[in-house]
Amino acid sequence: MSETDDLWQRLAGLTPARIGLGRAGAGLPTREVLKFGLAHAQARDAVHTPLEAAQVASEIEALGFATVTVASRVEDRATYLRRPDYGRRLSPESRKALAEAAGEPADLALVVADGLSARAVHEGAAAMLKAFKPHADKAGWRLAPVTIAAQARVALGDEAGEALKARAVAVLIGERPGLSSPDSLGLYVTFDPRPGRSDAERNCISNVRPAGLSHDLAAFKLNWLLSQAFSRGLTGVNLKDESDRLIESGEAAAAIESR
Amino acid sequence: MPYRHTVGPRTHVFADLASLMAKATPIRSGDCLAGIAADSAEENMAARWCLAEVPLKDILARPLIAYEDDDVTRLILDDHDETAFSEIAHLTVGDFREFLLTASSETLARIAPGVTPEIAAAVSKIMRNQDLILVARKCRVVTKFRNTIGLPGTLAVRLQPNHPTDNLAGVTASILDGLSYGCGDAVIGINPVSDSIQTMGGLLRLFDGIIARLEIPTQACVLTHVTTTLDAMNRGLPVDLVFQSIAGTQKANASFGVTLPILQEAHEAALALKRGSLGDNVMYFETGQGSALSADAHHGIDQQTLEARAYAVARRYRPLLVNTVVGFIGPEYLYNGKEIIRAGLEDHFCGKLMGVPLGVDVCYTNHAEADQDDMDTLLTLLGAAGCTYVMGIPGADDVMLNYQSTSFHDQLYIREVLGLKRAPEFEEWLARIGLTDAAGTLLPGGAAARLLTAAPDLAA
Repeated sequence: MSETDDLWQRLAGLTPARIGLGRAGAGLPTREVLKFGLAHAQARDAVHTPLEAAQVASEIEALGFATVTVASRVEDRATYLRRPDYGRRLSPESRKALAEAAGEPADLALVVADGLSARAVHEGAAAMLKAFKPHADKAGWRLAPVTIAAQARVALGDEAGEALKARAVAVLIGERPGLSSPDSLGLYVTFDPRPGRSDAERNCISNVRPAGLSHDLAAFKLNWLLSQAFSRGLTGVNLKDESDRLIESGEAAAAIESR
Repeated sequence: MPYRHTVGPRTHVFADLASLMAKATPIRSGDCLAGIAADSAEENMAARWCLAEVPLKDILARPLIAYEDDDVTRLILDDHDETAFSEIAHLTVGDFREFLLTASSETLARIAPGVTPEIAAAVSKIMRNQDLILVARKCRVVTKFRNTIGLPGTLAVRLQPNHPTDNLAGVTASILDGLSYGCGDAVIGINPVSDSIQTMGGLLRLFDGIIARLEIPTQACVLTHVTTTLDAMNRGLPVDLVFQSIAGTQKANASFGVTLPILQEAHEAALALKRGSLGDNVMYFETGQGSALSADAHHGIDQQTLEARAYAVARRYRPLLVNTVVGFIGPEYLYNGKEIIRAGLEDHFCGKLMGVPLGVDVCYTNHAEADQDDMDTLLTLLGAAGCTYVMGIPGADDVMLNYQSTSFHDQLYIREVLGLKRAPEFEEWLARIGLTDAAGTLLPGGAAARLLTAAPDLAA
């Protein structure tokens, strides 16, 4: 290896950006063209893979949760991508199904939504709920059935949370895939959910995936946000996520260890 | 006043100018989402026939948003140059298209201050892609800070060294990589993750140090909110360019937390620093079709016309650089490669016709029906159209913003195919430090060690 190659390898270790790729004339080396193409193919597949709702529901039920499966007003993926407004609303049948599933008022409704990456849900939703369950049990929150939602956007959780008479909703949703992150979940918390809530009224935990934020840390943050939301009666821009301070001070590690 | 156009047995009626322009717009998902697009292919063409017959004077006389309701409308009308307009005042939109196809570069420069965004948008709607390319190529907009951008036969590149945690060593590694491909004459400009003044200070000092140590004839920019940049200037941090995202209505700008007086204040503050060695174009703006709709601030106006209105805002502050981030916003606004390509050419044309130094972030997200082949096509078309600058991102993969744009390699491609040069001062610098030959072609090997003198910490 030449000194120059060695240098670029060292620099490449400082950033996930695609540096030091080399070139063939003005073009990329073949290996890099193919690597990029594969990453894009995986991201595209993540966007277009249909949600396997029954499989996801059975994995979540195995953790001890009740579930109910719903869909948005979107018929197909092409419409989903063009009409975010349809993806934010429950289909009339789903609205009815949730109303029937709703029991007494609940503290928290959990919604698992495909969003822009069903792959993120297939690979991470059950694991995320498994990590979160001990926090919910310890807090003693009354949980509505976990809603599994197909062709859904974040704001669909507002209508679901309202139908389930929940004080807060947490939506676990597949995020828009990056070129090297086709499997990323986002968690959105909204206090007093109802249609018409704006994004400024939510808190978000993003990049939940094996190579990003771990399920355990995400569960810790989710628990922190929900506790704050219940005690202060709000979510959104006026609730700053300060859980990082606890994580840095080691309290999070202790909490995760002790559960 | 309604507009009418008859096609055989059918008469198409358009309620007002805003509706006529929306229905005349080549179909795209954002206008469909807003519920203002043409309902049929025939209605789309009927609207274009009808629009072609509208006098430019009428467009000027009928603001799409009332003067008293919107400060962007006030800016457009207050800044309008009647003398420049007098040369085209007798034309219809259809005549204007033919005027543009035959006009010289000198004529186009002369009329630019008389072209309102609505006039530019209207004529673009009846132009084919080849018209947009041909006319834009004749419009020359030259700006200067530490180098000269926009000269005929040149294409500049913004070196975009984004990093998911703003890590200074990681950012530096991307900068060195980009410089080694001859990128960075437009600006070394980063989108930081954090909007904090501490992060901004660290990045500004890093860029200032690299530019000073290597004596690079270029400028730097940290793309944060204008108020953060004002704070940075007040603290004496080394700010070359002031950045801000802008849009075409007062309400959309308000959703970005920006007003015209704030832009004015920042412009004056940056001018007072006198950091440009060759010129005093100190502003950098970004725009993109769909931003007003996404902020629920579109007033029933199509997204392409609103985009052109953002260029009127930019024009007032004599920017060094303006770019449309054309495919970033997502498929609900521009669905696929075809819509992104069309929008990129329209935006570039409208900006240039209005005298704005327009560059294009040739880009897409993974949920759009587009891929790198579409970006190759748009880049090639923009190179032919004389685009001011494009982005240079390592491997075309922005690991902070999670989208794909153009790479360091892509600019090498377009230079080789179309013979496009860099800003002349930057091109000379590359030859002087031994990165390129006299013709601007990269020389093999050896660049890294020379560049590393800019970052001695990384050399070890």
